[in-house]
Amino acid sequence: MALLSKKDAKLITDPLADNNPITIQVLGICSALAITAELKASLVMGIAVLFVLGVGNVVISLMRNIIPSKIRIIVQLIVVASLVIIVDQVLKAFAFELSKTLSVFIGLIITNCIIMGRFEAFALANGPWRSFLDGIGNALGYAVILLIVGFFRELLGSGTLFGIPVLGDAIEKTGLYATGYENNGFMLMPPMALIIVGLIIWVQRSRNKSLIED
Amino acid sequence: MANTDKNSYTIIFAIAMVIVVGSLLAFTASSLKPNIKENERMEKQQNILYAMGINGNKGEGDITFISTDKVSEVFASKISEQIVLEVKDGAILKQMNRDEFVKANNKEPYLIDIKKEQAKAKNGSSRFLPLFKGEQEGKTVYVAPIRGKGLWDAIWGFVALDKDMIVRGTYFDHKGETPGLGANIKQRYFMDDFYGERLLTDAGVFKGIAVAKGNNDPKNEDKDDYEVDALAGATITGDGVSAMIKKDLKLYLPYFKNLKK
Repeated sequence: MALLSKKDAKLITDPLADNNPITIQVLGICSALAITAELKASLVMGIAVLFVLGVGNVVISLMRNIIPSKIRIIVQLIVVASLVIIVDQVLKAFAFELSKTLSVFIGLIITNCIIMGRFEAFALANGPWRSFLDGIGNALGYAVILLIVGFFRELLGSGTLFGIPVLGDAIEKTGLYATGYENNGFMLMPPMALIIVGLIIWVQRSRNKSLIED
Repeated sequence: MANTDKNSYTIIFAIAMVIVVGSLLAFTASSLKPNIKENERMEKQQNILYAMGINGNKGEGDITFISTDKVSEVFASKISEQIVLEVKDGAILKQMNRDEFVKANNKEPYLIDIKKEQAKAKNGSSRFLPLFKGEQEGKTVYVAPIRGKGLWDAIWGFVALDKDMIVRGTYFDHKGETPGLGANIKQRYFMDDFYGERLLTDAGVFKGIAVAKGNNDPKNEDKDDYEVDALAGATITGDGVSAMIKKDLKLYLPYFKNLKK
């Protein structure tokens, strides 16, 4: 079952844990704060970035030998922006409902520093297949953190998961709310995402001491 | 391999890239335009019908529009009249029905771009106010479009009113409000709160509806308080909703006053 060589498999698994783009490289924090008030939004953003980073990494990798180094950042930006615009237009034409759900995320993808970071750090120096795996791996690592943060913020902030009430009705005072429990409105504010990300970083580094920098 | 550090190479690469990317995007945009236009047209019809209470909602919390394959037909049968008012400085200059408006402007009234009309009013010229007449539980309702600003970008909606300007349904949407916070103006629990709220005082003065924090009526049982409960963490979006209701629906006051006479 050697679908991927050991070296290639590491490209996928590393970003999920010991080289996670959010908790270790501290990239993509902006969107992790902005959109994780709901689990659904986190999932959608994760999938959108998975697509753009996977394809974008391949495109940059194919062009890596002809891109003039002086304008490489601009070239990277253009590749992300055009991919995002094309995706946006295609969704608007053929999956209008979905495009309405995605609305802001599509535009936000361009600003995601993970994408530029991977283009610059990996795709410019590696072949298309390895770049593709790296893109998928990093996008998954990003999505995992988004989902964890989204899970806690939505559960504690709104008492729902994917919009479905799981703790009872807050206004009718049923379920957990009957005991006097209240939703924590603070969890809906962006700073709480930062605190949750901080807690994840703490847990991760206390389990793996080699990740602690001096 | 050419020397990629040379200035001439850089410039040629940049030019080539702009041409390739530019034509690719232009091609995508123009070939998909008819589909996108059609989707937007159907969305407008779905939104107007939704505000009137004509929808495919399945249970509490669900928002389902009339399906796209049926919406044109339903719109044609349920909207008995499309009225366009031409107003300036709070006075109605002219009232047109659909045929008159289409003849003069070559455009369906429901496709009037509210953003453009607001800009026209701002520049001191007259603007069009569309109004869609339909029926709800045997009573006539009038659906009016509104548009304003949220925290990040535009917010808009449709409000169904009866002849006394009491709200009989709303639909709100937004371009880029924060998910989980301001974006919740699109949720049933927010939109449904407006049902039954009044816009006019007993004396017939326009008061509007405020999205109020610290509302001591969270279940929204008091329909005479000119308030609905605000959303947590979305003060500016909520204020935007209050403002667009106050500003845009007030323009229709002369029409509703005429109805009474």
